[in-house]
Amino acid sequence: MYGRSERESTGPSAVKIVISGGFGVGKTTFIGAISEIEPLTTEASMTDRAVGIDDASLLTQKTTTTVALDFGRITLDSSLILYLFGTPGQERFDFLWDDLATGALGSVIIADTRRIEDCYPVLDYFEDKSTPFIVAVNDFDGADRFELAEVREALGVDEAVPVVHCDARSRESVKGVLVALIEQVLLQRVA
Amino acid sequence: MRGDDEPRLPDPRMIPIAQPQPWFEQPSSTEHSVATGQSATDDGDGVFVRPFIVTRGRTRPLHDGLRLETLVEALPAALSAPLQFEQRQIVELAQRPVSVAEVAARVGVPLGVARVLIADLYTGNYISLHEPHELPVHVIERIRDLVRAL
Repeated sequence: MYGRSERESTGPSAVKIVISGGFGVGKTTFIGAISEIEPLTTEASMTDRAVGIDDASLLTQKTTTTVALDFGRITLDSSLILYLFGTPGQERFDFLWDDLATGALGSVIIADTRRIEDCYPVLDYFEDKSTPFIVAVNDFDGADRFELAEVREALGVDEAVPVVHCDARSRESVKGVLVALIEQVLLQRVA
Repeated sequence: MRGDDEPRLPDPRMIPIAQPQPWFEQPSSTEHSVATGQSATDDGDGVFVRPFIVTRGRTRPLHDGLRLETLVEALPAALSAPLQFEQRQIVELAQRPVSVAEVAARVGVPLGVARVLIADLYTGNYISLHEPHELPVHVIERIRDLVRAL
């Protein structure tokens, strides 16, 4: 018989990495640079969350907030699939962020040096969650190339958190950032 | 798959021969004209379709804990099971493992709807679920090496 394999450790597993940062910082570009599929978009709505509350009045109110969620997929081998999920920009939607962060291997926080403060809330969130993360400074054309030490100072992140340059359009660059993140995850595991 | 034992639908090319008049050109079928008239109005107005209509209004999945990255994989018997349209789409997608988020995006329903549909399929024993678990260090090292080799 085909059993229910949810608790089997064999079989395929999915690994999730969250790509975060302020609005328009290049998250979907980053995902698209390495994803084997065109980044997909799915819709999550507030009513998804109201479900758990079991309050019918919430469902009848027509205040459904819909958030679009972009993600890409990389099949690493026959049993490992890596998903890159972009956090929705603009505003924070806690209900969705927790869905995204729970069980994530780690997070890449993309920073734009022209609007460095945009990623403060994201930093706060992941520091709070103790999800391993690194900061990738997206080098936009025309943006002054800051020293990474300056960026680190501006962000106020711990010395232990890697801050790296990246070009979200370049597959090689994105790959390097992901490898740096996984190294960081391993470091935190061993520590 | 299209064997000799599948005589249910005539070849579309045969229809003009077997049926001299396409039904929508028949002059006096009031039933049909009413029906087409209605659907045309609906399309024009862009009527709001409530997302949970495909789950008959149920918003709560029968199985909890479906994460965005939980993998869904169809069991062999599911392809021949009598399933509703969206569930059949899910079964076809899940011939190889796909995540809950991917199911939602590809079927074109919000995540909450996808969760209800997937949980129903799981409860009906049409799919298996591979829920994410804490990865041991050697697996993380393998992930790093595989990403590096991309």
